[in-house]
Amino acid sequence: MKFFINTLQLAMRVLSARKGRAMLTILGMMIGIASYIIIMSVGAGAQSLIVNQITSVGSNLIAVLPGASDEAGPPAQVFGITVTTLTYEDGVAIQHSPAAPYVVAVASYVKSVEEVSWEGNTIDTSLTGTTSDYPIVEGAYIAGGRFISSDEEKNLARVAVLGKTAADNLFGETDPLNRYIRIKRERFQVIGVMQPQGVTGFQNQDDQIFIPLRTAQRLLLGINHVSFMRIKATDASLLPLSVEQIRLILRDRHDIRAGEPDDFSIRNQLQALDILTSVTNAIRNFLAAIGGIALLVGGIGIMNIMLVSVMERVHEIGLRKAVGARRIHILLQFLIETSLIALMGGVVGIIAGSFVSVLFAFIANYLGYDWDFVLSLRSLTIAVIISLATGLFFGFYPAWRASKMNPIEALRYA
Amino acid sequence: MLIEVKNLTKSFGTGEVETKVLHGVSFAIDKGEFLSFMGPSGSGKSTLMHILGFLDRPSGGTYLFNGKDVKNFSDDALALMRNAKVGFVFQAFYLLPRTTVFENVRLPLLYAGQSLQNTDDQVAQAIKAVGLAHRAQYYSNQLSGGEKQRVAIARALVRDPDIIFADEPTGNLDSKSGIGIMRILQNLNNEGKTIVLVTHETYTSEHGKRIMKLYDGHITEDIPVKKRRFAQEETTLK
Repeated sequence: MKFFINTLQLAMRVLSARKGRAMLTILGMMIGIASYIIIMSVGAGAQSLIVNQITSVGSNLIAVLPGASDEAGPPAQVFGITVTTLTYEDGVAIQHSPAAPYVVAVASYVKSVEEVSWEGNTIDTSLTGTTSDYPIVEGAYIAGGRFISSDEEKNLARVAVLGKTAADNLFGETDPLNRYIRIKRERFQVIGVMQPQGVTGFQNQDDQIFIPLRTAQRLLLGINHVSFMRIKATDASLLPLSVEQIRLILRDRHDIRAGEPDDFSIRNQLQALDILTSVTNAIRNFLAAIGGIALLVGGIGIMNIMLVSVMERVHEIGLRKAVGARRIHILLQFLIETSLIALMGGVVGIIAGSFVSVLFAFIANYLGYDWDFVLSLRSLTIAVIISLATGLFFGFYPAWRASKMNPIEALRYA
Repeated sequence: MLIEVKNLTKSFGTGEVETKVLHGVSFAIDKGEFLSFMGPSGSGKSTLMHILGFLDRPSGGTYLFNGKDVKNFSDDALALMRNAKVGFVFQAFYLLPRTTVFENVRLPLLYAGQSLQNTDDQVAQAIKAVGLAHRAQYYSNQLSGGEKQRVAIARALVRDPDIIFADEPTGNLDSKSGIGIMRILQNLNNEGKTIVLVTHETYTSEHGKRIMKLYDGHITEDIPVKKRRFAQEETTLK
């Protein structure tokens, strides 16, 4: 114990006597640990952002897309082919079918970008034709007025609900409720304004205008199909079962015979979450490998400095051996010294890394992303362990060299 | 009989480049002796001291310390012997830099294995014995050469060893400081400590009780000092 305390004091004295050199070594270690902390923290932040994006619309969602699901290739839409197999009536059938008992709400969508104007003020914005269940499915709320009703959905009503950004862009300070806007050549009455939803699915949900689905299909777009559907189930655990039930209803409605492939595809949110998580994990691992290289360089720096330190103190080693130090004493002396350097580098690195991570989170939040500053006790502990292990690993060779020196040769070393 | 060597040999290197440094020397050292190894450089006196002090191993012959053959001692066992049984004083002092007198003297106690109670007293006593009590908290680089060597002697004394080896202890000192060191060594010897002094100067060697002259690895003379010098009566070494 006395030996340990004394050796620790000695190591600190040695380091403080060579401050500049110790600083440089600590810097090398610091960069490695700081990059580890940044990767862990920013990586966790990015992952939580992505996961939040998905779970904010609810994890118990099912998406139905027109066209066959071809695992081997991209969907047909990518090639500009419009698949028209999915219709409004499909949605209504799913919603009311006793064969899909866990379906809570079904929202069908058509999307387009249109010119919208009010009193000479014209903007280009996303137009979403949807059904009355949209707020339930998307977890969206009305700020003023109301959303499209199921009657309006059926009877081609010319009503519109504005997203927050679209409302601001079009009306500025004016209250848009009950005013008439013009979309293409048709007049629509504004019946509601949505609360801000922020950015989900990497799309600004607030810069769009909602009109009844069939109104959009008939009056504006001249089509009869829907782009996609989103269906909310009662519980995430019932997703796989509901997916299967919906599939059967649609196959029946589309007259698909046994053995023939579906002309639609169904995805559930959990799968998407899984895929995204594994992608972000892969990115994190890649970054961690780069951090590992920084750590390796830092470790080699430590080894380098310790080798110099050993050669500088050959006489001291010889003397210590002459007064009775055994190999283990010399080995421990230098290992304690490297551990101290490594730990200092680790602690400074944690501080620097945390600072950068906080800064990152701050900037991300400032830019409007829902970014969490995540720094787990686990990654802190790992950082400390890594720095210590790096110090011990790279410090072992110099310490071992010192310990096996012959006392006479060490004393006579010129 | 504290030390007994028979036909001790030491050679460095192997095969064609083998250099024989000691050609089978035999002698004995009793408790309480003050023996000077005298000889020019290359005579083998330092090598002999290193072997007797467990810093090196002989190539042949036997070395009995307190009647025990040290031939098969492990490296750690030799380290323990160096720690507990012998003390060294070197020409170049070898004090630890950035370290106080007190800490330098305490060094052997740190490697003593067992936790020693009241080591502070032991350290203080050793420092007092070399007359440096007032310098105990000084850093080693704040000391003069003579003071440094006295710290080295205190360090050699602190574990109360059976024998002290002093390898050219006055070699780096001016003659006034040198005589101070010889005084301390003679005092220690008067108190019963066995001392082996290694030197190439006849004058210095005559402070011992017995002189063993070495030349080319052979003992050429082993005689008691006829007219011993007493550092107490001298003012300078020479």
